[in-house]
Amino acid sequence: MRTILFLIRKEFLQIFRNKFISKAIFGVPIIQMLILVPAITFEIKDVRLAIIDKDMTPESRGLISKLEGSTFFRVSYSTFSESDANDMLHRNKCNIILNIPSGFGKDITTGNQGKLSAVVNAINSSTAQLSWAYLNGVIGDYNMDQIRKNISYSQITVMPQIQITNRYWYNETLNYKYYMLPGILVILVTAIGFLLAGLNMVREKEVGTIEQINVTPVRKFHFIIAKMVPFLIIGLIDLALGLVIGKLAFNIPFEGSIMLMFFAASIFLVAVLGLALFVSTFSATQQQYMFVAFFCMIIFILMSGIFTPYDSMPMWAQDFNLINPVAYLMRINRMVMLKGSTISDISRELYSLTVLAICFSMFAIRRYRKIA
Amino acid sequence: MNKVIESSGISRSFGKTRALDNISFYVDEAEVFGFIGPDGAGKTTLFRIITTLLLPDEGEMKVLGLDSTKEYKELRKHIGYMPGRFSLYQDLSVEENLNFYATVFGTTVRENYDLISDIYSHIEPFGKRLAGQLSGGMKQKLALSCALIHKPALLVLDEPTTGVDAVSRSEFWDMLAKLRKHNITIIVSTPYMDEAMKCDRVALIQNGKILDIDSPGKIRDGFSRKLFSVRSSEKFRLITALREHPGTVTAYPFGDSVHVTLINDKAADSLYDYLIAKGIKDVSVQETEAGIEDRFLELMEKGATA
Repeated sequence: MRTILFLIRKEFLQIFRNKFISKAIFGVPIIQMLILVPAITFEIKDVRLAIIDKDMTPESRGLISKLEGSTFFRVSYSTFSESDANDMLHRNKCNIILNIPSGFGKDITTGNQGKLSAVVNAINSSTAQLSWAYLNGVIGDYNMDQIRKNISYSQITVMPQIQITNRYWYNETLNYKYYMLPGILVILVTAIGFLLAGLNMVREKEVGTIEQINVTPVRKFHFIIAKMVPFLIIGLIDLALGLVIGKLAFNIPFEGSIMLMFFAASIFLVAVLGLALFVSTFSATQQQYMFVAFFCMIIFILMSGIFTPYDSMPMWAQDFNLINPVAYLMRINRMVMLKGSTISDISRELYSLTVLAICFSMFAIRRYRKIA
Repeated sequence: MNKVIESSGISRSFGKTRALDNISFYVDEAEVFGFIGPDGAGKTTLFRIITTLLLPDEGEMKVLGLDSTKEYKELRKHIGYMPGRFSLYQDLSVEENLNFYATVFGTTVRENYDLISDIYSHIEPFGKRLAGQLSGGMKQKLALSCALIHKPALLVLDEPTTGVDAVSRSEFWDMLAKLRKHNITIIVSTPYMDEAMKCDRVALIQNGKILDIDSPGKIRDGFSRKLFSVRSSEKFRLITALREHPGTVTAYPFGDSVHVTLINDKAADSLYDYLIAKGIKDVSVQETEAGIEDRFLELMEKGATA
C-alpha cells in the first residue's frame, strides 16, 4: 500500500512538472466546452430557397411571403429559369428549389388541385428531410388558409379536425445545447482517461524507465493502480470544471444528483483507464499508441449515441455497445442531468460499467509483464 | 565461498538469432566479474536474464541461491541493476530519483547513506537539478547511487562506462573498487579491454558464446605466440603490406602501432626486410607483451576458423 502511494506521488510530480500537460489538463475542458457545445447543433435555421415563380399571381405571392415569414426559410434567389435555379443548387447557393408552375393560382382558386414541385439538396440526408418537413408544414398551413378563404364557416364545422397539443419533456425548449453538453462532457473525460494514461505508460517504455522499475519489488498491480489513480482524479476534476462551465456559460439544468454522476464517472474512468493501459502494453512507441488510441476513441465515441439515437442503430452495433463504456456514460449523463434519474434508474448501466472496469483492469494487469 | 551466480547451459534466441548459446559460468561472492565482448555479443541479453527481466529458453540461472525464473520476486529485492541506457526519470530531480528508488525498495536514503556517500557526494550539490540535465558522468553516478540505495547483494552494471569521458571512467572504476569492502558482488560488462584488467575475473564473450573465463592476467598469458609491435609513419600502407605478407598470421592496428603474429616466431628479421623492400619508411619491429585485447582477438580468430 505504501508503495502505491509513493508511485502515485511520483506520477503527480511528473505530471505537474510537465508544463504543457499541466496547463492542457485545465485548458482543454474550457476550450472544448466553449467551442463544441454551441457549435455542434442539428437545429436547422436559415434554409435558403431558390424560387421559380412562373405563376406570378397573388396566390403564388402569398405562398412566397408565407415562406419568407417563417424563421426557417430565406428566399435567396428568384428566377424564371429552371437551369438557373439548378445551377444555384449546384453551386451551393441554395438548399431547396421550389417550382411554382404557371396556372397554380388559377387552379387553387377554381377548386382544382394546385401543383408544386421541390428539389432538395440531400447531401446531408437528415438536414434534407428536416427542411423538407418544414417546407411541407408551411405549405400545409398555406393550404388551410386557402380552404378557409374559399369555403364558408358552416362547412368547416362539419369537417373532422384533429388538433394535437404536445409538450417536450426533459428539454422543454428543445435546446440542443442541453442535449449535447452531457455528451461533450463524456468525450472530455474519455480523452483525458484514454490518451494521458496510455501515453504516460508508453513513455516509460520508450524512455526505458520501465526497465529500472521492473527489477524492483514493485508489483504489477501496484504499478497499474499508480498509473490509474492520478488520471482518475484529473478526469473527475475536469468533469467538475466542465460542469461549472456548462452552468455559467450555458445555464445547463442539472436535475439529478451530482454525486451520482461523479460516482458513475469514476467507474467509467477505471474502465477507460484499464483499457488504455491494456492497449499501451501492445505499443512500443508513443506514436503507435496515439494511432491505436485515436482509432479506438473515434469508434467508441461515434458509436456511443452522442449524435445518433442509440435505439436506431443496427442490432450488431447495439451489441457492440455492450462493451463500449462511452455508450453507458453517455446515457447515464443525459439521464441524470436532464431527467434527474436516480441510482435505481441507471443501475443496469452502472452494473455493466463495473463489469467492464474490472475486466479491462484485469486485462491490463495480466498483459503488463515484468518478465519479457 | 558462496557462489553468487551459477549459470548452467543458458540459451536464448530471438527469432533465428541465437543471442546466447549454452552459457555456463559462476561468480563468487564479493568478486568483480567482467563480461568483455563487442557490441551484439549477448552481454545485455545475459544480464537481462540474470536480473529476471528475460526468461531463458534453456538452462538454469541461480542468482543468490534463487532461481531467476521462479523466485524472481524475492530476487528482485537483492539486485541492483544499472541498464546500459540511462533509465532514471529525467523529469525528476536528483534527490527525487534517489528518494523514489529508496522508497520503492522500502528503505530510506539515510539508512544506506554510508554505502553511496562516496559516489553521491559528487552529485549532492546538484540535488535539485533534473536528472535529464546532468552531464554523462553525473548521470552515471546517479544511476549507480540509485542501483545501490537498497544495499543489494549483487550489482549488475551493463556497459556503465559507455559514452562517458575517460576521467569519469577511471573514477567510476575507483568507486567500484571501494564497494568491495561492503561485500557487494559486482558483474559488469564493457566493450573496453583496458577495463578488463580491473576485474577479478573476466569472461570473453562473442556471438553468444563464452570464449574463455579466467583472471585477466591468466587470459593474457594464454596468448600462444610471440607478438611483435610494428611501427611506421605510414600506417595504412603498413597494415596492407603486413596483411599481404605470406608469413603473417594476424595483423591488427593497436594504438599507433600494429600488433602482428607470425607463422614462424623467429622470422621477425625477415619481416623487417620485407617491409623495407616494400618501400615503407621508418619501420621498427619489436617484440612486445600481449595484452588482453590481443588474446581476445586471437580467440576470436580461432572461433571464426573453428
